[in-house]
Amino acid sequence: MDKEQAVQSLTDVMAKFTAYIGKRLPTDIKGKLAELQAAETNSLAKEVYASMSSNQEAADRLDRPSCQDTGVIQYFISAGAKFPLLGELEDILREATLEATRKGPLRHNAVETFDEKNTGTNTGSRVPWLDWEIIPDSDSAIIDVYMAGGGCTLPGSAKVLMPGQGYEGVTEFVFDVITSRGVNACPPLLVGVGVSTSVETAARLSKRAILRPIDSKHPNANAAKMEELLEEGLNEIGIGPQGLSGKASVMGVNIESSARHPSTIGVAVSTGCWAHRRGKIRINADLSYDVLSHEGVAL
Amino acid sequence: MKKILTTPIKDEDLESLNVGDVVYLTGRLVTCRDVAHRRLIELNRELPVNLEGGAIFHAGPIVRKKDDGQFEMVSIGPTTSMRMEKFEKQFIERTGVKLIVGKGGMGPETAEGCQTHKAVHAVFPGGCAVLAATQVEEIEGAEWQDLGMPETLWVNRVREFGPLIISIDTKGNNLFEQNKARFNAKKGPVIERINSQVKFIK
Repeated sequence: MDKEQAVQSLTDVMAKFTAYIGKRLPTDIKGKLAELQAAETNSLAKEVYASMSSNQEAADRLDRPSCQDTGVIQYFISAGAKFPLLGELEDILREATLEATRKGPLRHNAVETFDEKNTGTNTGSRVPWLDWEIIPDSDSAIIDVYMAGGGCTLPGSAKVLMPGQGYEGVTEFVFDVITSRGVNACPPLLVGVGVSTSVETAARLSKRAILRPIDSKHPNANAAKMEELLEEGLNEIGIGPQGLSGKASVMGVNIESSARHPSTIGVAVSTGCWAHRRGKIRINADLSYDVLSHEGVAL
Repeated sequence: MKKILTTPIKDEDLESLNVGDVVYLTGRLVTCRDVAHRRLIELNRELPVNLEGGAIFHAGPIVRKKDDGQFEMVSIGPTTSMRMEKFEKQFIERTGVKLIVGKGGMGPETAEGCQTHKAVHAVFPGGCAVLAATQVEEIEGAEWQDLGMPETLWVNRVREFGPLIISIDTKGNNLFEQNKARFNAKKGPVIERINSQVKFIK
């Protein structure tokens, strides 16, 4: 394969994968929703869960985006320093977004700020949004595709706490965000919490947190314990599907963290709605690929 | 038995409804969201659709133009209604709309508008956009297309569109405000319990 063919082939794979994740939920989310539906006892909540499952079934059967808001397309890239198309990846993902928008079809969600015009292509200044991490010595790339919908993006919040507020302040911040704005963001939510130094580092980590599998745990024992406490505690509030009350509030809570400045605790929350449309794909050096987020996918 | 509302909706169709009731809609449902509200209320532009006795949907769908020039509804779920809170009371007053369908709750201003002018807000389950699209029989019109696909006023003929869960009724009740008060009351003791276990700074 020459370079031109290689670029074309990867563009094609990424366009198909981007369109695909709008139609079928990842395996971990599907499993968790089935579990929450089975445990539900509130009658309105049960009706909502029933609508959710007939919707996913209809989306699959009719091959359509399961939610009309297919979001702003964001790619979180962990690229090997030796990945052969490293320099081409940005253009490839832009082309893939354009193609997925035509084929999906995806909703046109890129409004040029200040001009306030919808571009009609789902691309615009810095959109699709790219987030990069370079992995030394690797020759493959792992790409997380995320559809940042409006509803689940609205609760997003970040703040810098004083150390005196401690992790207790983190708990209060998470609860405030979820019980106020989270209620309207299509719960049960996957809650991502970033704990770090400043607003932007915490915010980026909180987004990375919702890309992690739902039952994964933070490697630090205290952080893992806090994930569990927040999940149990939020569920006790009983927000239910669509905020109508019910057994659960969240699908899970994932925390990502970094070392912090001794004088600050940056905290941020990002939320994923029940229709958490994300996908993880590994592109190998020979451009073969493995879909890691969805079982049994043929692109 | 399914309770079905049909457009044009009359005051008496709504008076017996309570928050938490489930209804369905047959007739005409027009998508109407951020910019359309702003154009009517702030910019004083006349809406290109008559909404007297009508129903609006806070939604920005995915629509496909077919080869014969007709539009096909691909995917149409509700969007966050709270974004329209700033305009909705005046919107109800100006248009005579009777049913507002969206996602999540709306605030006290909308509840006041619903009580004064006999209108209701209802929730269609968020994210269930293909289910909703299968209940759209035809797109009868598309106004203000200059706003782009999500913000265009799509005029839909729907049949037994739902479930629609009444979240604000004509008596001033607001399901989400009631829920939020309950969630907030539960919050304190839960936070206290968690915080006794996260004293990591020693």
